[in-house]
Amino acid sequence: MPNMSLNKNPMPSQAPDIRNKNFSEVALGYSEETAIDEAKRCLNCKNMPCVSGCPVKIHIPAFIKEVADGNFEKAYEIIAKSSSLPAVCGRVCPQERQCESKCVRGIKGESVGIGRLERFVADWHNENSKEAPEKPEPNGYKVAVIGSGPAGLTCAGALAKKGYAVTVFEALHLAGGVLVYGIPEFRLPKAIVQKEIDGLKALGVKIETNMVIGKVLSIDELLESGFDAVFIGSGAGLPKFMGIPGENLNGVYSANEFLTRVNLMKAYKEGAKTPIKSSKMVAVVGGGNVAMDAARCAKRLGADEVYIVYRRSEAELPARAEEVEHAKEEGIIFKILTNPTEILPDENGFVGGIKCVEMELGEPDASGRRRPKAKPDSEFTIDVDCVVMALGTSPNPLIKSTTEGLETKDWGGIIADEETGLTTRARVYAGGDAVTGAATVILAMGAGKAAAEAIMRDIEGK
Amino acid sequence: MYKIVKKEVLNPTVTKMDIYAPAVAKKAEPGQFIILRATDDGERIPLTVADYDREKGLVTIIFQIVGATTLELNQKNEGDFIADFVGPLGKASELSGLKKVAVVGGGVGCAIAYPVAKKLHELGCEVHSVVGFRNRDLVILEKEFSAVSDKMLVMTDDGSYGEKGLVTDALKKLITEGNSYDEVIVIGPVIMMKFVCLLTKEYGIKTIVSMNPIMIDGTGMCGGCRLTVGGKTKFACVDGPDFDGHEVDFDEAMKRSSVYKPFEKKAYDDACNLFKEVK
Repeated sequence: MPNMSLNKNPMPSQAPDIRNKNFSEVALGYSEETAIDEAKRCLNCKNMPCVSGCPVKIHIPAFIKEVADGNFEKAYEIIAKSSSLPAVCGRVCPQERQCESKCVRGIKGESVGIGRLERFVADWHNENSKEAPEKPEPNGYKVAVIGSGPAGLTCAGALAKKGYAVTVFEALHLAGGVLVYGIPEFRLPKAIVQKEIDGLKALGVKIETNMVIGKVLSIDELLESGFDAVFIGSGAGLPKFMGIPGENLNGVYSANEFLTRVNLMKAYKEGAKTPIKSSKMVAVVGGGNVAMDAARCAKRLGADEVYIVYRRSEAELPARAEEVEHAKEEGIIFKILTNPTEILPDENGFVGGIKCVEMELGEPDASGRRRPKAKPDSEFTIDVDCVVMALGTSPNPLIKSTTEGLETKDWGGIIADEETGLTTRARVYAGGDAVTGAATVILAMGAGKAAAEAIMRDIEGK
Repeated sequence: MYKIVKKEVLNPTVTKMDIYAPAVAKKAEPGQFIILRATDDGERIPLTVADYDREKGLVTIIFQIVGATTLELNQKNEGDFIADFVGPLGKASELSGLKKVAVVGGGVGCAIAYPVAKKLHELGCEVHSVVGFRNRDLVILEKEFSAVSDKMLVMTDDGSYGEKGLVTDALKKLITEGNSYDEVIVIGPVIMMKFVCLLTKEYGIKTIVSMNPIMIDGTGMCGGCRLTVGGKTKFACVDGPDFDGHEVDFDEAMKRSSVYKPFEKKAYDDACNLFKEVK
């Protein structure tokens, strides 16, 4: 008998007032009993609408059926066929807009907690499965992967499983890309990312850190040195600023800088060698996941008041619903329909306040969202001593500018075939944010996987 | 891990190290920089490439002991390893085609000015070097500079060595003596670069400065190193570190470099005490 409860089993979590003072993971995960109970809410629909909402087409009803029957390792095997980073995706995918948005149970009541079940299965596997992955027989082909974020790791994993010798080049000192420098510990524990990377190493993937491709080696040099193909998964790392007065004051950060100091450089830890400005009143400008992450980090670093300043209405917030909810519970103040016009200095040249105008929504723009416009005479100032700009990012031009014949769109995205990731250069593939601009972990993984398959077809089909 | 192949104390506060980093050595050019972490939990700091030996795979760095990280780095000796060393980053200095250049270095900035002077000399350019230090004990690279300079002036604030005065005094003298330079290249403390630029602007001489602001990744990702140049925001790590000195907002750059002063002071004092205890 299916469980006909209208609501998802709630996710056990740290209490808001406790967790907004620490960096430990907020959501604690389902127990076996809860997972089985939740899995029984799945109706195992024949036409599987949920699968159509999944960018990597995980066989969702099949894995959930195994969870319901208590066969957690079998459930893992089903997920692993389609996804290489389930412990990550179970935590960071915007399920409410993907699989869960298509769930029949969501028509009347809440959808099945697919993301929570995915996370449970991945965590159960990581904890209980001791099987070391088998190192496949080398097939003699070499592939270079640039960037160790979700796209690069997925591409590397798919190739390594088939016997390719893969070398991943990472610009920073630590592998993981946005999973380590961007997404905070309390949302995605770094031990989970490390486990995924260790898994790749066990498959024989070589990871070279401190290698800025485009500077220390070019794509052409990689191809000349014996790599049969190159996959570019260099992400979208360039921060955007608003271009308003006061943005270069001390205490104004890009979200990239703020989060990198906190997450990668561990500035939140006592005795950390990388500083972060201690702030009491923080404004984070933007409404995406990165904005939520920055705001919640600021709160945990000890700020008394943290504002999200967003120019559209709450309905347009691009962040995952759960992150918005968590941020609110933790005391983040939402200033929606608000747009900054100037950052004001204090007497020492540090941030002293942020001048804003109220906005209202007009006609829909090119993105289909209603265009916000300023209300006349609505200017006001919020007292803050720190401003974080979380306005999105664009691809880094470093590789394009050093690779002849590699074409990009005018905004910087590498031009790549949608199915295969092949760029305008032979033997060079690309995927993830480097191609699409800032998007999600799961889309980057999908692109990494598709490119790996295309690389194998192209190399072996010769 | 990157091995320290050679360590040399240039003066009580400035140290030179040759680091084995063949991939970086192969590509490095004057004007570019590297980022290092001394230890596994260390901070990332940018240092300009002072020299390189492509055959031996060595990159030379010269640093002043100003904070906890440089103090920690200075505790390491020949044969020791540093955790991370990434580069070459930033754009190389554009030096070709120049016929006569004044290279101005201040303090540890001379370490960065030297490879520029050397490269200019190799390109057949007439090089006039002006190097300034607080006092005699802090003079570095004098021999190296003089080997690549057609004319050289050493200045000290207190007159304990060379001529007494500031680099701007010496540069002004050279200009008024009738030397006409295609370009002045100035590398040193921000305040010194600011005043050299004010001087050269009077004479209408194009002036290039090398900026070294706070940064994390060095690849354009964090934006911490942003400067205002010609009214526009530029990232020193990818748009520089060399900029037209007459366009740079030096006052803003000085302010931005002081963001973490209290933290840095405390970290430095803590590190000093720690190393004292160890001794």
